[in-house]
This record gives sequence, structure tokens and C-alpha cells, in this order.
Amino acid sequence: MQKKIIKSTIILFIIFIIGVFFIGLNKNSIYDTKNLVGQKIANVQLEHFSENRIITEVDLKKNNFTLINFWSSWCSPCRKEHPMLLKLNKEKNLQLLGVNFKDKKINALKFLRDLGDPYNVLARDELGKHSINFGIYGIPESILINKDLVIIKKFIGPISQDDYRYIKNIVRK
Amino acid sequence: MRIKITIFFIIVNFNIVSAADSSVELNKVLKNLRCLICQGQSVADSNSEFAQTIKLVVQDQIADGKSEKEIYDFLVEKYGEWIVYKPPLNKVNSVLWLFPYLVFVIGGLLIFLLLKKRNNH
Amino acid sequence: MLSNIGNTLLFLNILLGISIIYLSLQNLKNSKILISKKIYHICLFQSTFILICFFTLVSAFIISDFSIINVYENSHSLKPFFYKFSGTWGNHEGSLLLWVIILTIFSFLFLLYNKHHPKNYRIYSLIIQNVLILGFLFFLFFNSNPFSKVLPIPKEGLGLNPILQDPALAIHPPLLYIGFVGSSIYFSAAIASLLTNYSGKLFAQSIKNWVLISWSFQTLGILAGSVWAYYELGWGGFWFWDPVENASLLPWFAMSALLHSLIVLEKRNLLYFWVIVLCLLTFILSVTGTFLVRSGILNSVHTFANDPSRGVYILVFLSLMIFASVLLFFNKFKNTSYNLNSNSKETFILINNWFMIFYLITVLLGTVYPIFTEVLTDHKVSVGPPFYNTVIIPIVILFLLFMSVGPQIQWIKNKFYNLNLFFKILIGSIFINFSIVYLFKGYSLLSNFIIISAVFLVISSLVDLYKSYKKIKENYSRILSHLSFGFLILFIGLNYNFSIEKDFNLKLGEKKNFENYSVEFKDLRLEDFKNYKAVIGEFKIYNSEKNLNQFLYPEIRIYENPSTITYEASIRSGILKDYYITMSNIDRSDYYNIKFQKKPFMIWIWISVIFISLGGFLRLYQNAKKDY
Repeated sequence: MQKKIIKSTIILFIIFIIGVFFIGLNKNSIYDTKNLVGQKIANVQLEHFSENRIITEVDLKKNNFTLINFWSSWCSPCRKEHPMLLKLNKEKNLQLLGVNFKDKKINALKFLRDLGDPYNVLARDELGKHSINFGIYGIPESILINKDLVIIKKFIGPISQDDYRYIKNIVRK
Repeated sequence: MRIKITIFFIIVNFNIVSAADSSVELNKVLKNLRCLICQGQSVADSNSEFAQTIKLVVQDQIADGKSEKEIYDFLVEKYGEWIVYKPPLNKVNSVLWLFPYLVFVIGGLLIFLLLKKRNNH
Repeated sequence: MLSNIGNTLLFLNILLGISIIYLSLQNLKNSKILISKKIYHICLFQSTFILICFFTLVSAFIISDFSIINVYENSHSLKPFFYKFSGTWGNHEGSLLLWVIILTIFSFLFLLYNKHHPKNYRIYSLIIQNVLILGFLFFLFFNSNPFSKVLPIPKEGLGLNPILQDPALAIHPPLLYIGFVGSSIYFSAAIASLLTNYSGKLFAQSIKNWVLISWSFQTLGILAGSVWAYYELGWGGFWFWDPVENASLLPWFAMSALLHSLIVLEKRNLLYFWVIVLCLLTFILSVTGTFLVRSGILNSVHTFANDPSRGVYILVFLSLMIFASVLLFFNKFKNTSYNLNSNSKETFILINNWFMIFYLITVLLGTVYPIFTEVLTDHKVSVGPPFYNTVIIPIVILFLLFMSVGPQIQWIKNKFYNLNLFFKILIGSIFINFSIVYLFKGYSLLSNFIIISAVFLVISSLVDLYKSYKKIKENYSRILSHLSFGFLILFIGLNYNFSIEKDFNLKLGEKKNFENYSVEFKDLRLEDFKNYKAVIGEFKIYNSEKNLNQFLYPEIRIYENPSTITYEASIRSGILKDYYITMSNIDRSDYYNIKFQKKPFMIWIWISVIFISLGGFLRLYQNAKKDY
């Protein structure tokens, strides 16, 4: 009797393990931070790109929604997403905060001259340190937040046509 | 007498030892962080853009006098538990941390019972 | 052409496997005492064919036959000959062929060398082993065929990943496979033993040499992998607790436990069912490890090219193996009474097993835990070095102490006449540790305990050696392994505590000072080699205390086939310490990131492991001498 209980427990346990392995096989093993939404952004202290001032939370509350976009002139996917940002610039409920990441000032200015400047506010993160505060791990990356500074969605990699539509739907609601 | 000598030795020995510094070691912290864009590499071992940035930030935080735990907590909040190689002890990870010791205790108990059974015979 | 030969041979091997099983079942029915000659012959054919099949693949690699997809994907005509050769098993398909070879050859040798054991036991072992062979042959033939063709035939191959072009890594898979694939034979034997009720001392004798072989090779295989990681990954460490490394360690723990408890079964006819569990567990863990590594379910530095269908196949095969073993085991299990004295060698061997199982469970749990959290809670966690170090290291101290005392205890019942001696040794160890701390540098409390207990084991083993020398007892093999294990932990402990690691950025011409050292970036040049270009840095290491100059030349290599960048560490190995420098470029800047390390006693860590495994080979030699 005792033997039977041990036997069935062990068998059930093994079935459980194998089941987990089986489901695990079909999971994507590449990690991203897309699930980290719903957090509140705090301790914002960004250097303004051209003016001698610090951008803080106050700047992020100026519109109903803010899209914080990390970019650089040396990043080629950033060029790809640029037209989407220009289109988003036309949305009334949305302000765009660009953060120029580990870039030279001249190159960044040339980039914006050539492709257009979609940003309402532009900040500069010369050493990349501030990006950590936003949970950025590679550029381009964008974060959509609302007036309460709560993260609604993270966009890892360039903003696509679908992402554009998604953002448009949210800010127009 | 012999026991006294031993204890004396041990005390002398460990007094010298515990003088080891209490400041946070940069390299140790970096080794405990995963480089998110690499394949199974720690931040200390990597030279990627991301690792370089994290190194700067951790350096700053140590200079600000943050404790090791505070630094990990900060990064876990921003990047999720995936970034630390030492999973924090919480509900989800409790099995990971406790099960090995449970096995250890049960194993010891089994051997003990086996021996006791024989002594009773 | 070669592709057809290979496929034909694989197919023939499937047929041979089936006929061996068929003939063996026939042979069981008749009452003759001997196994029919026919079975021997077919087994010989089977081994020969699989070897020819392997050499077919080797030749395809050597002559760069790019009509075979596997050669095309993993080789290049300009690659050095040695790496063309070793490239054969540097990929999933080729290494799986190596798997099957070892399964097959062990099957034949086990049949050959166990003539004085009963027929039924041998036949059942052969059947089970051939079921395993067939399982892997089907997998090889239908899912991961190394002889698949590619059309149109490419002119040039894609090349082998340059970080795999390393001598240590070339011998790593064969060594490791003899280890953990070799464990299949005592898996089969254990099942046969349950089926035929062939238990006790004789069963132990029939498998003990096989356990020794697999354990010794597994030890060497792990070492080769570790040496490779040290030289090639450029991180200066030798063990990262990466899932792939853990996969090779898991069967090693099970083998080590088995190696010890098998002695109890042989000498005292105890623990039969526990030995069976360990036999089954070792191979099950080997296959589990293969599943974890090959299916891509885990995130690791060394993952093979992934394909979920492989994972499904291995998982199904693994589940069948586990369920068959568990059901059979419970069917045959009988509660036997154990006659153990708490102060006897048997007890200490049980204690060894207790620790081994603890290490095994800890490493296994840590390795698969991320899969569980992801599937069950959709939450990703990393389990890395700090977890293993925190959980395992304190327990190692206790383990070393038991390991020192255990071997000197006698069978059945020991009289504690030697308590006095251990006391002296302990004081000696504490004194040595104290001297190290006093003369050189202090370290953490935990490190103190580790070093004390490692020294304790070393001295106890030396005392043991002296006693054996006087008594002329043949247990040098055990002493050698235990002594080397003590040294291994000691050197790892010292290496950990006396390493210097510095990470800094330098421009050409700049100099960095720290402690007694200075590192100067003297020169940077570009050179062209046969299959890569290299940026070579020249660094001068100066030690002001010893007035010592060293030059190191780390490289950044740019390979074209396949196009990869690797960072080659420059290492000056010495008897007491290694100097280690890697250099990597920083994008958009003139600075280079430099990692400088001083690693004491690295060579001694490698040597200790070699001697641990030599202990196994020595015992094997002694056993062979006794038998003939």
C-alpha cells in the first residue's frame, strides 16, 4: 500500500516535469522587457539637448500622453522608424520626448536636419546612464506613458506601422 | 587542554579575517548581473553597449553609497528578475532556495533512521 | 556518393539492431548455456559498420564534400586539417553519430567481457542496449541525418565557428561522450539485472569497470570543456554554472555516487536497489542533459543550432525510458533489511551519496528552474553562479571533512583509535590556513573554512598514503583521487581569493596603475593571416614589487568564413600564476576595453583534475590485473 502511494506520487511528479518541459519547448526563449508595463516613471532628470535646463516629471505631464523615444544618429533602425515618429508628431494628445543616446551633438543635429525633427522636447543622454532609469537595453526603444507617468506600452526595436496604429488608437480614445 | 588550543587558534585566525572590507565590490556586482543582449554572459564579462552603460550606472550607485541589495532592486525594477543571476527570495523562487536544503535534511534523516533501526535490533 | 554510403550504412545498422534484438529473444528461449555465435558476429558487424559510417562522415569533412549539407554548414575548404577532422563532431548531427558509436561499441564490449556472467543477464543487457541504439539511430536517420544532401552543390562551405576551433574543444566531445553515453551500458545492465533477478556482488562486479571508465572519462571531458572556456571565452573564468556545463556535471555527480556505493554492494552485498537507482539515474540524467542542451529550451552561451522537433523527439524518448525504469523498479522492489553500523565504511559511503545527491538536486533544480517559472508563472528568472555558490559552498566544507575521515574507517565496525590523529591534522590545517592569512592576505570566513577543510583532506590523504605504503595495500587509486580532490578545492579556493581582476579603458600609449602593477598599452598593429585578420595589441605588465616585466599580446580577430569577430585572450601561464589580458574595441571611440587578470595556481587546478581522473584509470588497471 505504502509502496503504491510512493509509486503514484513519483509517476505524477515525473508527468508534471515532462509536461512543463513540453510546454517550455514551445515558448520563445528570447527575453525582452515588454511585460514590464504598469510601472510609474520616477526620478526623471534629463539634460535638455540645446537649452541649459533639466527635463523633469513636470515636462512629462504637459500632455495626456508622452512617447519617450531613445535614438541615435549611428543607429540604422532609428532611421527606419523616423517616418512613423514624424506621423505621430501630428497627434494632438501626444507629445514626443526624444532622448539622444550616446551621440555626438553635430551628428544628431545633422540627422534631424536631414530627416526632420518630430520631437516636442529633445533631451540628451551622452553617457547612456539615464536610459537605465527607463529600463532601456538597446536602441531604438520607445515608451508610451500617460499623464500619471504610468507605462502603457514598451516598444522594443523600431516603431512599426502596427505600433503606429496602436498608439494612434490609444491617444485618440 | 587540546580543545582550548584549537579554540584559541580558531579565534586568532578569524579575528584577522573579519577585518575584510565591507564596501561594495564593483566587479562582484557586475558578475551577478546578466547582460541582456548577450548569450549567457554577465555584465562584467561583456563589452557590449548595454554592459558598458550598466557598468557606469553601477559605479555611480556604489559611489552614492548604495548597498548591493539596493542596486539589484533598482535594476530588477527596471529590467525584471532576468537581469540578476541570484534570484531574489520571494514566493516564486522559494522552491529554488528551500528545496535543496529540504533534500539535504531528508537525506540526513534517512541515513540516521537507517542506522537507528539497526541499533534497535 | 559519400552521402549514399553513409545513409546505407546507417540503414544497415538499423536492420542489424533489429536482428540482434530478434535473435536475442530467440536465444532466450533455448536452454543452451552459451550465447549463440551468430549474435557475437552480428554485434561485431554492427560496431564495424557504425565505425565505417563515422569514417565516411570524417572523409566527407576532410575532402570538403559540400554536397552534404552538414559539411557545407560546418566546414570550409581553407580550414586547417585538424579542425576539418574535429569539425565532424562539432555539430549536432555529427556528435549524435558519435553518441550512437559509443552506444554500439560499449554494447559489443560489454557482451565480450562478461563471459562468466549468466546468459540471460547478458542477453537482456544486450537487448536493452540495442533498444537504446535503435532509438538514437532512428533519431539520427530521420530527424538529424548527417548525410543529408544539398542541391545545388555549393562551391564553398560556411565554415566552423572560430571559437570552436580549439584543441581542447576538439577532444572535449569524445571524452565527455565516452563518459555519459558510456553510462548507457550500466543503465541496460541495471534493467537486465532487475528482469533476471541477477543481483548482489556478481552484478556489482559486472558493471564496476564500466562505471570507472565512464567516470574517469567524464572527469576528463569536463576538464577539457573547462580549459576551453578559460582560453577561448576570454572571461578569465573556468566554470560559469552555465546550463550546458551543468548538464555535464549532473551525470558526474550520479556516477560519483554510484562509484562509491558499488563498492558497498561488491564488498558487503548491501544497497542493491540504491545502486540500481543510481545506474538508471546516471543515464537518464545524461539524456536529460542532452535534451536541455539540444532543444534550445534554455538560454546558454553554448547552445547548438536549435530545432524544437529535436527537443520533442528526445523528450518522448526520455519519458519512455523514465516510465519503463520506474515501473519496472517498483515492480521488483523488495524491502530488504540493512545491517549498518554507524561507525563503518558503509555509513561513510552512504554519507558520500547523501552529499552527491544534494549537489545533484541543487544543480538540476537551478538549471531547470527558469523553465518552470516561465511555464507556470510566465516570469523569467536567471539562476547563475551566485545561487550555486551560496547553496553549495558551505556544504562542501562538511563534505570535505567527511571525505577525510571516511576512507580510514574500516568495514562493518570501526574502533575509533585514530581520533587523536584527526585532531592533530585539524590543528595542522588551521595552522596552515592561519599562516596563509598572516603572510599574504585575509579572506572571508567562508573561504577560511573551505581552505581549512581542503588542507585537512590533503593531509589526511597523505597520512592515508603513508599508512598504505607501510601496509602495502592496494588502495592508491582511491588515495590519489581523494588527495587530488583536496588539492583541487584548495587551489580553487586560493585562486578565488588571490585573483586580481581589473577592467579599464585605455588608449594607445596610455598606462594604468593599480596595486603593485602597471599595464601599458605599447603598440597596436594589424596583421593578415590565412583565414582571418587580426588587430594585435602589445601590453607591458610591470610589477614594481618584483621588478618584473611581462609582455602580452591580446588579439581581436576578424574571420570571414563565417564572418565573426572573436576576442583572443593572451595568457602567460606560469607555475604560480597566469597573467591574462583581453582587449576589445569600444564603438565610436579610440579607447579599448582591457581586462587584466592575475590568476594564481591555474595550472594546478587542471593538474588536480587530471589526477582525480587518473585515480579512476589506476583502479581500472588494478582491476584488470586482478582479473587476468
